[in-house]
Amino acid sequence: MQTWWVELLCALLIVLVVPLIAGYIVLVERKVMADMQARLGPMRVGPHGLLQPVADALKLLIKEDLIPNNADQFIFWFAPVLSVTAALTSMGAVAFGPWFQVARDINIGLLFVVGVSALGPFGIVLGGWASNNHYSIIGALRSTAQLISYETTAGFALVSGFLLAGTLNVRAIVEHQRTENAWYVFLAPIGFFTYLIASIAETNRAPFDLPEAESELVAGYMTEYSGFRWSLYVLAEYANMIVVASVGTTLFLGGWLRPFPNVHWLGWLDAVPTLLLAAVGAYCVFRAGKQPARVQSLFMSAVALACFVVAAIFGLSAPFGHLPLQFMHDGLYGAFWFLLKVSVYIYLFMWLRFTLPRFRFDQLMRLGWHILIPLAFINVVDVAVALALSSEFGLNRWLAMAVTTAATLGAAMLLLRWNDKYSAAASAALLADSSIVEDSHAG
Amino acid sequence: MADESKAPQSPESLRPDVSGSSPAPSAKGASPSLPTRPGASAPLQVPLDNELSRRYRERFGAAILNALEDRKQSILIVDAAQLIEIARYSRDEEKFDLLEDYTAVDWPRREKRFDLVAQLYSFTHNMRVRLKIPLRADELPATLVPIWPAANWLEREIFDLFGITFRGHPNLKRILLPDEWQGHPLRKDYDILQQDIAWVQENLGIQSGQ
Amino acid sequence: MKILADTVHENAPQKTDTLFGSDELVINMGPQHPATHGVLRVKLKLDGERVVGSECVIGYLHRGVEKIAENRTYQQFAPYVDRMDYVSAVSNGLGYCEAVEKLLVVEAPPRARVIRTVLTELQRIASHLLWLGTHALDIGALTPLFYCMREREEVLKIFEKYCGARLTTHAFRIGGLQYEAYDTLEKDVERFCKNFEGRIQEYSDLLTGNSIWIGRTRNVGLLNSADCIALGVSGPVLRASGVKWDLRKAMPYAAYDQYKFEIPVGTRGDTYDRYMVRLEEMRQSRLICLQAIENIPAGPIMARVGKVLKPPVGEVYHAIEAPKGILGYYIVSDGSIQPYRVRIRPPSFINLQALDKMIRGHLVTDVVAIIGTLDIVLGEVDR
Repeated sequence: MQTWWVELLCALLIVLVVPLIAGYIVLVERKVMADMQARLGPMRVGPHGLLQPVADALKLLIKEDLIPNNADQFIFWFAPVLSVTAALTSMGAVAFGPWFQVARDINIGLLFVVGVSALGPFGIVLGGWASNNHYSIIGALRSTAQLISYETTAGFALVSGFLLAGTLNVRAIVEHQRTENAWYVFLAPIGFFTYLIASIAETNRAPFDLPEAESELVAGYMTEYSGFRWSLYVLAEYANMIVVASVGTTLFLGGWLRPFPNVHWLGWLDAVPTLLLAAVGAYCVFRAGKQPARVQSLFMSAVALACFVVAAIFGLSAPFGHLPLQFMHDGLYGAFWFLLKVSVYIYLFMWLRFTLPRFRFDQLMRLGWHILIPLAFINVVDVAVALALSSEFGLNRWLAMAVTTAATLGAAMLLLRWNDKYSAAASAALLADSSIVEDSHAG
Repeated sequence: MADESKAPQSPESLRPDVSGSSPAPSAKGASPSLPTRPGASAPLQVPLDNELSRRYRERFGAAILNALEDRKQSILIVDAAQLIEIARYSRDEEKFDLLEDYTAVDWPRREKRFDLVAQLYSFTHNMRVRLKIPLRADELPATLVPIWPAANWLEREIFDLFGITFRGHPNLKRILLPDEWQGHPLRKDYDILQQDIAWVQENLGIQSGQ
Repeated sequence: MKILADTVHENAPQKTDTLFGSDELVINMGPQHPATHGVLRVKLKLDGERVVGSECVIGYLHRGVEKIAENRTYQQFAPYVDRMDYVSAVSNGLGYCEAVEKLLVVEAPPRARVIRTVLTELQRIASHLLWLGTHALDIGALTPLFYCMREREEVLKIFEKYCGARLTTHAFRIGGLQYEAYDTLEKDVERFCKNFEGRIQEYSDLLTGNSIWIGRTRNVGLLNSADCIALGVSGPVLRASGVKWDLRKAMPYAAYDQYKFEIPVGTRGDTYDRYMVRLEEMRQSRLICLQAIENIPAGPIMARVGKVLKPPVGEVYHAIEAPKGILGYYIVSDGSIQPYRVRIRPPSFINLQALDKMIRGHLVTDVVAIIGTLDIVLGEVDR
């Protein structure tokens, strides 16, 4: 209670820092995209493009604010605000490390996150409708249909994790993973992968990005939005990405735990954050010397300095011997591991975006309703059975989970086979129409 | 621009008629006025008398106005009145199932001004034949769309650029030029200069100055 | 909501056939669109999300090339043909030069024919690479485009070294070649071909077995072989529908009769088969290039034709297998230095006719994929 200023600080940090971080996630995405496409990406604005987000933000802010003539003025303004608010508010219950959580120790934890982020589709459909553009509303409705379809899957997948944890409280979930000595991804892998796929669809990322694709007939709900309003939608999308990655990390990837937290001889892993940051700093120093312009090398040196400072802080709070900043150890190191895992999760999003083609809308819906929802549901039932077996009948938890996971995989195979047969029959019936040649021979 | 204005004045009388649709007697032997390459052993355009032409002649008689071979490519000159039957026979009996190309050539000095040229190919025999159909300027040939659906856009293009109307075509509109275009550009008497002057006068109210 | 009146095919479902009897909607994929690969307008008649009819409006890029030809000499017209299918200019040039050579009854010397074959096959690879990159991009795979551009860059560098231009090359002359093969041509082509097999494997790894790609392209845009032949469709579209026919084998031109290569055939005539056929064609083109550069005969590169070309009176039709299909030239000569009529049989124009048949019954999202799979270039459609 006396630490209300900590929560306020966390909330302020979220509102002020997340937009900046979202901008840098965009930059990272462009660099990752370029790397996978055998090219370099932004290199000009700042060394290696590091100031690109600043330039982009400035450009978007000074753009003309266009509102279509017959658009509903209030809702046109309100829709992106709603999207951003939903995304940022849902971050309130996410714990980025053991110390950083706005709604501290809220006992409905992740349910709050999932529930509030479900307000996001409102912003999309309102924005599409308020644009007074035929194609916008079609894109908005498609996007909303996609989002609400995959929320069920995501919910079921999360439930399988909650069954294992026994609680919705974020802190308790991570604590249970520590005492269990295993991340829940190893106990409930199908839950994790189902959640992964559902979260890609939840954030409108490829291969589920049909509503946003440029080469489609409809340009999506963001068509009429330009400048700062558009950047609010993009911010909402990237904030959502951070939220789903955080939820997945918390529930399945061990949250802010170091890999193998209870294994004593792997204690040297605690040196990883310091070493990593120092290595990044050293690399920045190295590249600073190679920059063509003085401004860029200065900026690179500043980045290197910042990395070294943070590395020093981490080093001084390491759990080796008696170091001055050790009271900060839990918060700092926890935040580091948590953000590392979230980064890996988001990198996976990006990797999939640049590798896979896009789903067609009906295929997307079929995947969601015919395959993923039944699979997630069967997974929940199987996890419950495994837990009952292990707690009531004393079966080893791991063995029970392995057996039921195998059963769920078998069910998945069956689902896929039934689905293939169904969709083949459907498309064959659709395309059996008379040929041109018959007409000409008859004529 | 200079070239455009030269075209109508070029001496067309110097251009001999190559379509070979002149009456039968002159097609019997190689006309002495047909130019050949200096030093060439054989004339380039000879009458065609093989299995193919014999079968056509047998079937259609006088409707096959002439049969030639130019640079070893078979050409059959047919009458427009029997076009549909000849086309159907070509596709069904002679197995020319691919309408490779369909176009027209304008010979303004001739009485039968246009030559419709259909290039046919047979997959089974790996053979090509060219059908040429001479038409008067006001004649309306039958559409080949019921025989080869490929003719749909090809005939639209002929209509667009030459002004030949096809009877029975499902959708005879201009295809390459805008719908409101006046004139048919590939005709030899199409004067773009005149069109330009008229358009500028009408829309801008000034002299074109070309 | 205006309903298209008289452009409906007889087979299209009438209003009473639609499931809910709702009004049909006409949507315009306008001339400006990221995915129509040029200025093409497609009017789609939709019932919900399904296409029940369509109409293509073309002519935005019509430049009157055939009329221009009547006012140029034969050599002066040669650069114009590059600008039709500007993605594979070398093929256009080959067809035109060979047609005029037939008209003149001359033959290009063997060395010229072989070099022409090498450059044309490289151009086929470049054209298919551009097609693959843009088609994959339309379907949502962002990465193959950049890989394909990387390879295409190599081919365009070879063209630039050979004739000075990358895109509209005017590489060939009537009677043979103007430029001798530059000193490292064989080495460059060999190096390109050696790397290329691995690169094709890269594209294949990304797309061929990918179930999303298969889901987007299997059974999409079906066109069986009877329809193909009836509609005059040629090229990879025809081969993908099951007809094992290639003009390079049926009526060989240039030096194709000297080389061994396979004709890839599809079975179903869907978008996936067309993708596989074009991928395999790239492999076969690579093999032809390797065979050709092993043994380029020595000798002159230009036949003895005069500076002033006056073909004897007559006409000729000559066709080649361009990357898009059968590219034919019908040239009528009246004995003067300018052709009397030049007709270009454009494969893209005739293939585009099949679009209406191919998109009926599909979703609007598939229209983009089907336009891409036809591989049309509007410069050739409109001339």
